[in-house]
Formats: sequence, structure tokens, C-alpha cells
Amino acid sequence: MAYVPLADQEQELHHPHSWITKYVFSQDHKIIAIQYGSTAIFVGVIALVLSLLMRMQLGFPETFTLIDPSAYYQSVTMHGMIMVVYLLTALFLGGFGNYLIPLMCGARDMVFPFLNMLSYWVYLLSVIILLLSFFVPGGPTGAGWTLYPPQTSMAGTPGHDWGIVLMLLSLVVFIVAFTMGGLNYVTTVLQSRCRGLTMMRLPLTVWGIFVATVLGLFAFPALLVAGIMMTFDTLLGTSFFMPAVIETGQPLDYSGGSPILFQHLFWFFGHPEVYIVALPAFGLVSDVISTHARKNIFGYRMMVWAIIAIGGLSFIVWAHHMYVSGMNPYFGFFFATTTLIIAVPTALKVYNWVLTLWEGDIRMNVPMFFAIGFIFTFIHGGLTGLFLGNVVIDLPLSDTYFVVAHFHMVMGVSPVLVLYAAIYHWYPKMTGRMYNETMAKWHFWCTFLGTYAIYLPMHYLGFLGVPRRYYALGSTDFIPASAQDLNASITIAALFVGASQLLFFINIIMSLKNGEKAGSNPWGSASLEWQTPDTPPVHGNWGDKLPSVYRWAYDYSVPGAHEDFIPQNTPEEVEPTVDEQHFDPDHDESKADT
Amino acid sequence: MSFIKQVTNKPWERKGIIGPLRPEGAFPTVPPEKVALGFFLMVVGVIFSLFTVSYFIRMELPDWTPLLEPTQLWFNTGLLVISSVMFQWCRNILKRGETRNLKTSLVGGGVFAMAFIAAQLIVWRGLQARGITVASNPADSFFYLLTGLHGVHMLGGLWVWSKASIKLLSGAEPRDIKLSVELCTIYWHALLLVWLFIFGILANT
Repeated sequence: MAYVPLADQEQELHHPHSWITKYVFSQDHKIIAIQYGSTAIFVGVIALVLSLLMRMQLGFPETFTLIDPSAYYQSVTMHGMIMVVYLLTALFLGGFGNYLIPLMCGARDMVFPFLNMLSYWVYLLSVIILLLSFFVPGGPTGAGWTLYPPQTSMAGTPGHDWGIVLMLLSLVVFIVAFTMGGLNYVTTVLQSRCRGLTMMRLPLTVWGIFVATVLGLFAFPALLVAGIMMTFDTLLGTSFFMPAVIETGQPLDYSGGSPILFQHLFWFFGHPEVYIVALPAFGLVSDVISTHARKNIFGYRMMVWAIIAIGGLSFIVWAHHMYVSGMNPYFGFFFATTTLIIAVPTALKVYNWVLTLWEGDIRMNVPMFFAIGFIFTFIHGGLTGLFLGNVVIDLPLSDTYFVVAHFHMVMGVSPVLVLYAAIYHWYPKMTGRMYNETMAKWHFWCTFLGTYAIYLPMHYLGFLGVPRRYYALGSTDFIPASAQDLNASITIAALFVGASQLLFFINIIMSLKNGEKAGSNPWGSASLEWQTPDTPPVHGNWGDKLPSVYRWAYDYSVPGAHEDFIPQNTPEEVEPTVDEQHFDPDHDESKADT
Repeated sequence: MSFIKQVTNKPWERKGIIGPLRPEGAFPTVPPEKVALGFFLMVVGVIFSLFTVSYFIRMELPDWTPLLEPTQLWFNTGLLVISSVMFQWCRNILKRGETRNLKTSLVGGGVFAMAFIAAQLIVWRGLQARGITVASNPADSFFYLLTGLHGVHMLGGLWVWSKASIKLLSGAEPRDIKLSVELCTIYWHALLLVWLFIFGILANT
């Protein structure tokens, strides 16, 4: 007997009978998404506070006794790791992936709802283990988010005993959680799309999340492998990575392990990780821009190809993080070349966003502010990436604030702006309410201008040669005293941006109750998630019958149509578009009106 | 539809339902569990490949002393091969819709897998008695690490096997465990391949 596809046989859903199974141990992808999102934002706030502590030390050294060198390095490490892994990865994939994949695919839920629930609880466990390290003797590890051996395990590093073990354990648990979620996301996208929804009719959000998940499934194993071997080195005394080394005059029991091997493994995960975060952001922002510009996304196929190409290329650029570790010059040349090549599909995406805006009927709604802000920060961060991709430019700049500015612009601020765009865009669907627009716009301007006030001067500090990772600069001849004034101004801007995030929290919490009723499709969006019978969508998403899809997700401003959008599930015959007999696909649409 | 054909579609041109009157699936005749297992096995493949790369890089460093693997590993390999064959036997029985030898083959497959794990632990104990511990030399560390990790993957498979076996022994219809047995069989063959690969590199270096 041939296998009957999942959606045809109507997936059996787990029907909750109590408050606990409905809202706590829920198997509904939307509740799990909100659990993932809330937990990720919670740890993200902790990481934000840690960054402010660092900035207070850097801006006003010797003022705050609370921040000693150990606390500073612990803050650096925890800030980096939390932001990259526990906030961005979890929020984009666990949060938006979970919420949007089944809705955009016209499915009732993920294909494995129980595994999905388990994924969240294992993720929560990883977060708890990570946060426990704040309360153990010695505190969390201060080895830097890259956890390079041998210093991770050496006595001089804060958290070299308990902290590092908890960090590694937490990462291993996180990877287990991610794998459970990831298998769900890819299988749902591949196997559970509703009738008519071919892969090339999927919104770019799903494409971005899908390819990012595949990247995650193949990249996180490198971190797992490195983490397991480092745990062995730390707890069992093996020498996978630990070289023969002397600590406070005494040789340690390690033989001749290879720290460089760790770096290769770490960055084999670490670079795809950038795209695990960036690809969902690219997808989400594409949909936001297209919807609010009332225009189909420019070059849909190219956008899909670019996502796939970036995903593939991201596995062969990792050693550009290791130019200063020393490598064969041919090796450096290879990685510089691949790094510059990856800029091509990335730039293509940027052009397509701008061309989608071109002559669009742009509605300056809040999500559009954040989306356009993202294009700015991403271009700036991307251009400095072209500098750093070259070995000769990277060597002098690698250990300076130029790098801090680069990766915060491209991987910190840019994805976070997309997250805000996406939260504001899908908030009406998730809650059925509208947020306060004025407050949201204030939030945008404070965040957007504030981050520029933080990171633009950092590029300049980098050119001056101000080293990163330093607790205090002290008196250094080649750094002018005015650099400290700049540092102080950056700190003030950082505190301002940090405080302005309260606007966001107040807004989304207050609007839950007081916001205007949003209606089912306030933006006039064509994609499937806005066509659910209930807002917010109820368990099972689609009422009695699964939807059928007749078109792609970007039918905006179609000439001759009643409205300026045609939902994906509108049948062909309903669409009063140009006369079928005279329909010519190569016909210039701009002339169709005249 | 091939992948290339899919991604060269122009979605803005064609309206209406594309394809037959059923939901879309990239692999329409394959259950989602099998697709997920396929991805999971790829993940497992990546994990062991990365360990292999690390193994060869680490081997180049001067403190490496090759380990002489115990000959008992050949016997252990035999146990795992039998286990895998029994799962295949069980799968074939279910495919033919028969019930004869169904319980023997399913329970036997798991029992031989457990025997394999026990035999691996005996190898560990033997090595430790010879003073070869996890930290004595990087070659030894890799031996324990790779065999241990393979064992952990076996335990994961045994968890699924135990659920299917309990179901069958408590009177479930054979068709209720068909998918589990199929997944277990694929998983066992894959882990046998991983083991042969690990054994190969351990024994030849």
C-alpha cells in the first residue's frame, strides 16, 4: 500500500485537557514558539545587562568596583555566547520557525509535536545549566565566547573549573534540543505543505528558516565534537586540545594536544552559525519589505538561489576567523577568496530588497522602519566584512575594536532589527491586538540612531589601534587620550539604547490588553498565515479543512485585481486579473495600467 | 519533480493547483519519520566524520602512540552484524505480511545489540586492566571516545527497539510496529556501517 501523505490523512493532534497541557507542556507549535521566544528574550536581556556592565567599565574605568577583571571577562563570554546561541538561534528558529513554518505551509502543526515540545524543554534545561554557572564557585567561564584552549582550563581564567564545564554541558544540551527542533522544521517543510504549495511558492521566510536549519543540523555537530573533546580534556585529563603546558611554574599533566584543532572545529560551526542567524533574518525581512511596499519581492528565484548558495558557501569560509592563528599562505588565500565570493549572493539579496522598494507603494508602518534600518546596518556591517575578509587587512585590525564594530553591525544589530521588524509585523496575528505605533516608532529611532552612536565610533577606535578584549587600556602611547572620551560617549549611547528597549517591552505587554483589535489581516498580506479562520490562530490552525494554495506569496498590486493583494489561497477563477486570452507573462506590468 | 526543476520554476507565472490533488510533499511516498531519520543519520555521519578528521590531525603530533586493538573486536563486530541481519529479517517478515519468526527476529536483533554493547564494555575493562585508560595516550582517548559514542547511539536505537518489542509482546498487531521496525533496521545498518568505518580507522592506524 502506498503511503498516504501526512496532511491528506489529517494529522492526529494532541488535544490538551488541562491548563498545564495547554499552556505549559503544550504540543501546539504556536505555544512552543512563544515559550521559545520568551525564554530567548529573557536570557537576551541578561546578556544585554552584561554588555552594559562591560561598557560602564570601558567608558568609566576605575569608577565601578563591582566590575573587576574577572567579572569583565565573564561578562564578555556570557554576553557573546548567550546572544549568538541562546538568543538569536533560539528566537529565529525556535521562535519564528515554530510559529511560522506550519502556518505558512498550511499545516495543522509540526510533523512531530511531541518532539517539538521536548525540544523546548531541553532548550530550557540548557539555559538553566548556563545560568547556574553564575552561582557556582568561581562563577561562569571567562574564556571568551570562542572558548579557545588552553586558557579555558588554566588557573588564570575565571571559571576554569566549574564554569567551563557547565558551559560545555549547556552547549551539548542545547545542540540536542536544536537537533530535535531542527528535524521537525525540515521534515515539516518537506513533507507537510498543503495542497498546491510547491517549494517555489513558499514565502522566503520559510526558505530562510529551512536552509538555516539544514546548516544548523550540519554545523552544530562541529561544536558538539569540540565540546565533547574539551569536556574530556577538562574532566578526564585527556589531551585532545590541551598542549604540554606549564601553570604557575608546574607542568600540567597534558601532553601535546592541538589548540588549533579546536579552533578549526569551533569555526567550522562558528561561521555557518552566522548564517544560521542571518538566513532566517533575510527571509523574514524579505516578507516584511514586500508586504509593506505592496510589491512582489524582486527576483524571487534569485533570492531562493542566493539563500541556498550562501548556505553552501558558509561551510568553506571558516578559517577567515583564524588568520592571526597562523596558517599556510595558500590556505589564507583560499579562505579570503571564498569569503569574498560569499559577498556576491549576499549583495544580490541587498540589491533585491532595494529594488523591491523601488517604485513600491511603500507604507511606512513600524515593521518597515525596522526593515529599512536593517538594510542600512547590514550594508555597513557587510562592507567592513569585505575589509576583514582580506588577510593583509585583517592582520592589523583583527584584535581591535574594528572587528567588534563589524560583527556587532552585521550579526548583532542587523538580526535584532529584523527580529523587531518581525515581532511588530506578526504581533497582530499572534495576539489579535495592535501595538502602540507612536511608542514603537520611538523605539525604532532610539535603537537605530543609538546603535550607530555606539558602533560607528568603534570603527574609528579600531583604526586607532585600540585593542579589543582589554579590561582597561591604561596608559598606552599610541592611543590618544581623546579615545577615552569616545569610549565614554559610546557607553552613554549604549546605556541609552539599553534603556530604550523598555519602550518595546512596555508596548508589547500593555498592548496585549489595551491594544486595538487588529483584525485578521491588518497589513493586507498575501501569505498563508494571515488567512487563518481565527486570529490568533487556534489549535489546529485551519478549522475544518486545510487550505489549498493557488499562487505564490507575493501577489501584490496585481493589475486589474480588486484589492492590492491576492491571498495565496484565492482560487484562480476568482482573480479578476488581465484578460486570460491576452495574458502575456513577458508583458511589462507597469504599462498594463495605462 | 527534480530539485533543479523545482527551483527553476517561475512561481509568478503559473496560477492554480500544480500537480495532483493531494498535499505537497518532497517525498510523497515516504513517511515523515523516515525523512527525519534520513536527516538524523546525516547528522550522525557529520559527527563521526568530524571525529575522524580530528583523529587524523591529532595523530600527526609527536606524543601519539598507536594502540594495538584487541582481537576481541572482531568477535564484537560479528555480534553487531548478526543484530543487523536479524533486524533485516524482521523487516522482511513484516513486508511479506507474515508473523512466523517475527518475535524471534525482533527480540533477537535487540539482544544481539545488547550483547555487542556488553562485549564492548568487556574490551574496555580488558584495556583498563592493561593500564590503557582514557587519558594514557591520545590514541587511547580516541578509542574510548569513538567506541563510547557509538555505544551511546546504539542505546538510543535500543530505546526505540524496546518500545516496539514491548508493543509486539503485549499483543499489538504487526502492522502497528511496521514503521518502528523499518526505522530500526535502517538505523542499525547505518550504525553497523559507522562501526565498520571506526573499526577500520582504529585498526589501521
